[in-house]
Parts: sequence; C-alpha cells; structure tokens
Amino acid sequence: MNQTTSSWTSDFLQQLNVFGCAVEQIDNASIMLWQIESHYWQQFAELAIQQQLRWVSGWAEHYQKHFFINACFEKQGIYVLLRTLISNDKPELPSQALVYPAANRSERHTRDMFGIHFTGHPDNRRWTRHKAWPEQSFPLRKDFSVQGTPEAITPPDIDYQFVKSHGAGVYEIPVGPVHAGIIEPGHFRFQAVGELILNLEERLGYVHKGIEKVAEGRTPESLARLAGRVSGDTTVGHAWAACRAMEQAAGIDIPPRASLIRGILAERERVANHMGDMGAICNDVAFIFAQMQFTRLRELWLRTNATVFGHRLLMDRIVPGGVLCDLTDTACAQIKQDIIRLRKELSDIMVAIDLNTTLEDRLYTAGYLAPELAAAYGTLGYVGRASGQSFDARKDSPYEPYEWATFKVPAETQGDIASRFWVRYKELNVALKLIEQFIDLLLPGAIVATWKAPESGSESLGIVEGWRGEIVTYIRFDADNKISRFYPRDPSILNWPALEKLVLDNIVPDFPVCNKSLNGSYSGNDL
Amino acid sequence: MLTLLKKTLATGVVTEKFKIPGDEELEQLGITIKKHIDKKFSGSIAIREVDAGSCNGCELEIHALNNPFYDIERFGIHFVASPRHADVLLVTGPVSRHMQTALLRTYEATPNPKWVVAAGDCAACGGEFGISYASCGAVSNVIPVDVVIPGCPPTPTALMKGLLGLMKG
Repeated sequence: MNQTTSSWTSDFLQQLNVFGCAVEQIDNASIMLWQIESHYWQQFAELAIQQQLRWVSGWAEHYQKHFFINACFEKQGIYVLLRTLISNDKPELPSQALVYPAANRSERHTRDMFGIHFTGHPDNRRWTRHKAWPEQSFPLRKDFSVQGTPEAITPPDIDYQFVKSHGAGVYEIPVGPVHAGIIEPGHFRFQAVGELILNLEERLGYVHKGIEKVAEGRTPESLARLAGRVSGDTTVGHAWAACRAMEQAAGIDIPPRASLIRGILAERERVANHMGDMGAICNDVAFIFAQMQFTRLRELWLRTNATVFGHRLLMDRIVPGGVLCDLTDTACAQIKQDIIRLRKELSDIMVAIDLNTTLEDRLYTAGYLAPELAAAYGTLGYVGRASGQSFDARKDSPYEPYEWATFKVPAETQGDIASRFWVRYKELNVALKLIEQFIDLLLPGAIVATWKAPESGSESLGIVEGWRGEIVTYIRFDADNKISRFYPRDPSILNWPALEKLVLDNIVPDFPVCNKSLNGSYSGNDL
Repeated sequence: MLTLLKKTLATGVVTEKFKIPGDEELEQLGITIKKHIDKKFSGSIAIREVDAGSCNGCELEIHALNNPFYDIERFGIHFVASPRHADVLLVTGPVSRHMQTALLRTYEATPNPKWVVAAGDCAACGGEFGISYASCGAVSNVIPVDVVIPGCPPTPTALMKGLLGLMKG
C-alpha cells in the first residue's frame, strides 16, 4: 500500500470521527472491515460520496438475533467493507440509496429477502419478490426453509405499479418476460410517443432461482460449481471470484501456475463473449456479415476450449485451491497459433466493419450514456469504460496473475453504442496479449493447493474483473467447512439501471441494439 | 464493400456434414425421445426457445446452432419469435417459480400438435438448483416433456442430434 492510497482511508476515518461516527476497525487479514452504529449508515454514505468513494455492493446476513448489513466501497483500488448490526426486533436503518442511486435495487433486494426496512428509500416497491413467497416471509432469514411453502402454481406478477405517462399520443409497450429472441426472460415497460422512447422501466427477477439460499451448507467444491452457474456466460469469472473469497477466508495461497491458468481461462472467456456480442450488435442493425464471421470465429475459439480444457464454456475448470486442468506444451502452442490466426481474421473483418456506412449511421450517437450518469450509477466494465469510467480491477486492484503482466485498459468518453463496440474490440486485443504473456510466464509446478477447512465465521471478499466488469463475491464459512453466506455481485446489477437511461430519446426499434451493447445478465442480476 | 466480399469469398462455406443420429447414438448421449414429430411436419419445424430460469449457458449453445458450422436451418429447423407459430418449445433452465405462469401460458399459446424439448441438466432434472422456494426444478414438473437433451450445457452437436432425432418419425 503506497502513501497516497493509505492516506485516503486515514483521512476519511478522521473525518468520520469529526462527525461523531465512531468506526470500529475489525481485524481481518483479507478485507478492511469497518463497523459503525446503524443510525450513521446514511451519513457515512454522504461523507463517502463527498470523498468520491464508489459504491460497490450491498448485502445482508442473518446471524442469530441480529442482521449484519454490509456495504462495500472502493477508491483508488482500496476496498472498504462497511458493516452495521441491527436487531431482529426492529430491523430498520437509514437508506443509502438517496445518496448513491447504485444502492437502490440492492436495498430493495435486501428488503425483499430479509425484511429489513431502509427508511427514506426512494422506491418502496418490491424488486426480487414477485409472487413465489408471501410479503411477510423472507427467504434469506435462517428460519425460512429452503423449500418454502410455494403454491402449486405461482401466480403471475400482475399488480406491480409501473410508472405511467399520460398525454396525447403517448402509449405504453409491455415486452416480456418471454422475449422474441433466444435470450433470458425479463420485462421491459416502455412509454413512447411515435417511435421515441420517453421512459423505460425494467422489471427483472423472473429468473430468481434462490442461488443465495441454495448456497447455504455447501462444501467449497459444490459452491464453486454453483458460482459457475450464477451467469453461464461468466462461469470463469464467478467461479474465480468465489474461489478467491474462499481461499482468502481459509488462508490458502494457490500455486503460481494455477493463477496463470486462471488468468488464461478468464481472458479466453472475455474473448469469446466479446466476439459473440460484437457480432450480435451488428446483427441487431441487420449487418449479417459481421454476425456470421464473429459466430464462426467464436465457434473456433470454443472448440479450442473443448480440446484444451475439456469444456466449451470452461465450466468447473476453476476449483477451490487452483484449477482442474493443466496445460501441456502442445496445448500452449495451439493456443498461441490460434491467436495468430484470429488476429489475421479480425484485421480483415474490422476493416470491413469500419468502412461500413450502415453501421456508422446506426451505432454512432445511438444509446448515449453520459459519463456523469455512468459515474452516478457505478457503471462497470466496457459500459463504464466507454463512458469515462476507467476502473478495472485487474489494473486498479491488481491480483495474481495480472500483477505479473503488462497491459493497458482502453477507455473512451464517447459513450454511445459505437464506443462500447470499439472498447470491446480493444479489450479483446488486450486479452489476446495477456493470454500470450501468461503462457510465457508458465513454469512447471502444482496446479492446486491442498485445502484446509477455515475456522467457523471466517469471511472474505473475492474480487475479479470478469468480462462484464468487476465481480465482488462475499463468502462466510460456518463450522465444518460449510458455506453460511454467499453473495455474488455481478456487474449487471450496476449496469442494468444504465440501460434505462441510455435508451431515452432513442427510437423503440433501436432498443435491441441498445440492450445488446450493454448486455446485462438476467440470471446474474436475479440470483 | 469489396473488402467484405473478398472476406466472404475467402471464408467459403464452413458448414459441416451432419449425420442423422441412430437410436443407439442418442441413447449413448442420454437423449430420450418419448414422442417423434409426425412425418408430415418433418423437414420444417418452427421452434420457440423459452428460457424458464437458466443461467444462460444453454442459450449460448442454442445460439451456436445458427452459426455457419452447424447451420441448423438447412434441416428445416428454424427459430421463431412467437409460440403462436411454433411446433416445438425448446425449454431451458430449472423452471423458476417466477417463470412458471409465463411458461404455462407460452405452452397454451402454442398450437396443437406440439412438442416440448427440455434442454440441459437443469431442464432435465433441476440441475444445480433443484426444487426450492424459488424453483420448480425440471421442466416436466410444469409442462409435459417429449424430448430430454442432457448436458451442462448440452453441446451444439448434442442439441442437433436431439432435434434431428425428434424429426425422425
């Protein structure tokens, strides 16, 4: 920790002290954990935003007769986990959502799942809960059984109060949950006049499948499998974040070779997804050439995954303590050959794309997200990086193997679909270089460390830069090597609200391409 | 435009030959087919894909069916935007309780005769998520299922075999 980064935390602690907010610094080897009284919860946020701390994540935990309420903040790559305790009898505390809009849906999720009331919250509608469980029961409380008491048929969620608009020529378009394409379910409610979008409201939660609840009581191996299915396209990212958290909680260092292979897996996942989405963005504006070329290249890439790693999407390759599969010299050579071939192909395709006037017409200026909005919502990954938010955990809060590599994080301020498209192309190139560097750094050695069961109550945060952006996973262990709390914060949770903003004043037919340029995960959001 | 045409010509046709699978092969893959599609529909089936709660892994591989290597449309299988003009529902995921009514309504909206394919381990048996307060588990717990294609996720090859197997009748 250098001078400048250590100073913001001590300055901030002093400032909190001036405002009478006493901070108890709890000793934890892997996270900076600050505990405060619950009535300072909102005031902490007010001071934090003045100091330009980024709101990262929020979650709760039921523990005997108390709830732990957690919020995670970041500045200059240093993460602080803020915690307060509230009692079962009166589970309420002041909302941080008035200060940080990014905390809005997170607090609604916590309210639905734990029955914790955030006073002064700007939106009192439910979020994750539809009709699968009654209003006064809370699935993540310890006395709620994983089976619950569901009805034979869960009724549709019909009485959610959407924002309405009135006036001559204004109309409403409901879309979903079952969409027209091969995509995940969710509901979008548009208010439009003519073709112009006046307002968009997202209603998610359709794929809520109880991930946080079914995680309880799992072994580390089983939890890693579940984490790999939080969002299927980010199986490496989520499994890595969960394993990092578990390893830190257990005090396990993984072998360097395992770190490097994890890096290769994560960058391969980034390349596969960027190729798929770049093709799909072009497809949404009817430029089929790019879609066909990119799906072809993606397929070749996935086939190498299958031959080298044994799984096309790389599921379950990351395990607690390391990785499942080693890389032979032949495999390394094949990966490098593939990269050379891919660069050649991309250079042909990108010229054709760059010269295409249809794409220029449809992608430039469309779906504009202003840098101020991106900052206010804590937007992550390529969505943030196309709107001036350069944060990248690989660079700003470096971890193995990225701290051994040299690379740049591309960022722009143009904020439109074209910018998100080109940022992804640049990231793809960086990922290819990283894979080459990681392969060159590989030395013979073990690929998995021996697991040792952590003490009961051990906790940690696993932070990695997935292909969509920063993933922050919280893990707490119970006795006997069992998980007591798992909360994966997918970047989509922070990026989805940005979609509601960037579609404004665009035309309804451009919604699919706006949506694809952001590509939030429904599953990662709904849990 | 010239660069584009040049690249297209240089790429050529990459679509691979695909053999209609035999019963033994289907069995080996764990694919079960309870009811084949009537002969008169074979050669042209319209599929409505429904994600009823998946992690999106299955969708990625279903997408791949339309890439130039598999090009599933050459077998007359195409994906459509509404259940109202579909013959087959291709359902993924454990059925989340929040999607239960939507799936039932999609099933009702599909005209008879219709077939349901449950794709992926979650759709087959609940997978990693099982049955809980939030999940109904397997698709067959909600609507009748005719074909099961296991895998997490099933590869495009397995999906092709299952779908072509369904059309063999």
